[in-house]
Amino acid sequence: MTEATPLIDERTSLHQRPIVIEVRDLAKSFRIPNHRINTFKERIAHPLTRQTYRELSALRAISFEVHRGEFFGVVGRNGSGKSTLLKILASIYRADRGRVRMAGRLAPFIELGVGFNAELTSRENVVLNGVLMGLSRQEARRRLDSVLEFAELREFADLKLKNYSSGMMVRLAFAVMVEADADIMLIDEVLAVGDAAFAQKCMDVFRARRAAGKTIVLVTHDMSTVQSFCDRAMLIHDGELRYLGDPEETALRYYRLNFGGHAGAAPGDVPDVNVRLIDAWLENPAGQRVDNVEQDEPIGFNVAFEARQDLRSPVFGFHFLTADGTHVFGFNETLALEDGEPNVLRAGQRARISGTIENRLLPGRYYVTAMISRNHHQGDLALHVLRLFDFVVYGTRPGPGSVSVQADIATTIENP
Amino acid sequence: MSDETLDLRDVRGPSALGGGWRRTLELLYIIAVTEFKRSYFGTALGYLWSVARPLLLFGVLLAVFTHLVRFSSVPHYTVLLLLNIVLFGFFQEATGQATASVVNQESVVRKTQFPRLVIPLAVVLTSVFNLALNLLVAFVFILAFGVTPRWTWLLLAFLLLALFIYTTAIAMILSSLFPRFRDVGIIWAVVLSALFYATPVIYPLQLVHGTIGRLLAANPLAPLFELARRWVIDPRAPLSGGTLHIVVPAVIYVGVCALAVWIFNREAPRIAEEL
Repeated sequence: MTEATPLIDERTSLHQRPIVIEVRDLAKSFRIPNHRINTFKERIAHPLTRQTYRELSALRAISFEVHRGEFFGVVGRNGSGKSTLLKILASIYRADRGRVRMAGRLAPFIELGVGFNAELTSRENVVLNGVLMGLSRQEARRRLDSVLEFAELREFADLKLKNYSSGMMVRLAFAVMVEADADIMLIDEVLAVGDAAFAQKCMDVFRARRAAGKTIVLVTHDMSTVQSFCDRAMLIHDGELRYLGDPEETALRYYRLNFGGHAGAAPGDVPDVNVRLIDAWLENPAGQRVDNVEQDEPIGFNVAFEARQDLRSPVFGFHFLTADGTHVFGFNETLALEDGEPNVLRAGQRARISGTIENRLLPGRYYVTAMISRNHHQGDLALHVLRLFDFVVYGTRPGPGSVSVQADIATTIENP
Repeated sequence: MSDETLDLRDVRGPSALGGGWRRTLELLYIIAVTEFKRSYFGTALGYLWSVARPLLLFGVLLAVFTHLVRFSSVPHYTVLLLLNIVLFGFFQEATGQATASVVNQESVVRKTQFPRLVIPLAVVLTSVFNLALNLLVAFVFILAFGVTPRWTWLLLAFLLLALFIYTTAIAMILSSLFPRFRDVGIIWAVVLSALFYATPVIYPLQLVHGTIGRLLAANPLAPLFELARRWVIDPRAPLSGGTLHIVVPAVIYVGVCALAVWIFNREAPRIAEEL
């Protein structure tokens, strides 16, 4: 794919561009049968019991608009209603109330796929879906090659889809959607599947399409994508629009919803008899409590314990781990003492461990554990490993591994 | 920056027909053709089956009705039987296949904006391909058995159109009810085999008298088969008389079609949610 020259790339001018999607006061609810009656027999067996339904309100009073050439993110927890919204935009569900208007041709990518029929070959499916996305049959056939090329599935063109692996299927589906060359792409969670190379390819496509003035609506759980790609983003929670605007702010609010009101372990929850956790939190350089930290910004680290029994020679140990449990780094702290002061934290006294940590963590999820030993003895634990809080490092410069380090390296050409 | 505004179109959600006529027709064509290819994929005889199947059934019934039961009063009974089997076979195949068609296309229905009507209609169209092949063969036999060609053969086109519309209507009803009531498939299979005998396929209506004869004449398919016999095989074939025999099936015919449109329009927007 050729990288088109950006027609429009200033975020500030976005609102001046024409609107391509306009949603006004949209509402949708589903009727969930309390006991699903699926056969006549059940109807006949219980003629008098009226089928009762539970009303599940999936979306309430959603209004927003998307401008041409915008990369628009939709985030929310599972079950928040974001996929329902996408399905309404794609004319798969009908809204109960409200108005949706759209300009241009639409290519949807829903539930990790397009309208594939497993019994057909990929060749037939590609043409069928091309037409579904508004191409003519000739046009769809003409693009067959480039679709297979993009999906890297040329040698499997005549294989029935039921014999495809799920990865191949997603690749083909994405290729179909991309090559449909629609004005608006509606994409639900494409980045959650596939390997890193595929994710990179998706990103390249998004970049190129946006540069070409196409509109992209992306539903995702990946906040680093939202932060690095989206012009604007929208947070949906419990079927309601909670925030619309700055992607950074959207991501932040999303994390807040995910990690609950306060990021730390709930104080007093710890059953340990020796020490009680009072509070644990992170601060940003401005001294505000945060649930997430930006890449490269120093981490303000704060923990407060209260001793319930006298602790002699306590050592406070903290470990930073990635979400999958790999240790990244850690440090130990002892009480800072005046001359002659005994190295004891008395029962009822509080210890506050706070300071700033250089942040070399790459974007990702991390958590912090604490451990307290006493009597100069690493094995004599006053507090067993306690998970203090989870946090996310967000930023636009991901990389391999978990940390970035300063390296003074140069590559030069050596003539033999 | 320009203040241009684009032409915003309302998105009204899924419907029986939606997304433009050209797209609808192209989808119809693609699905019908692929379905046709698929139904004979992997069989040794391929498309030949489409013709061989009714011929085999014809052979069985012919053996039964020329050796065990005799309708000696019916001229050209052999080819009449063949023509009737071909026509009823179309109705049977199309409605039977259409029942589960929307559910079978689940992934398309759940992931794309798809004009819902295309699915049952494509199934009926696939059967139309089969019907066309079968009619060719049937007419070869009709000529071979010494029926003289007549200009009324052309009128068969109207009957085929009427049969097509009726078949489509029933396909619409069945396919839109099936996602909610899976029993429809089983019930319809039984109804079809009953209809095979309740429709003048293996016997002409004139041979049935009394109340049963009048009941059978109410079947909207009956006049189609009777007229086909008269126009194609035997111009002297009697039509069951009385305006009642035209009015009752006609009312039922129109009623079924209206019901089909009503049910399908009601169910179409919600089909994706029921799957």
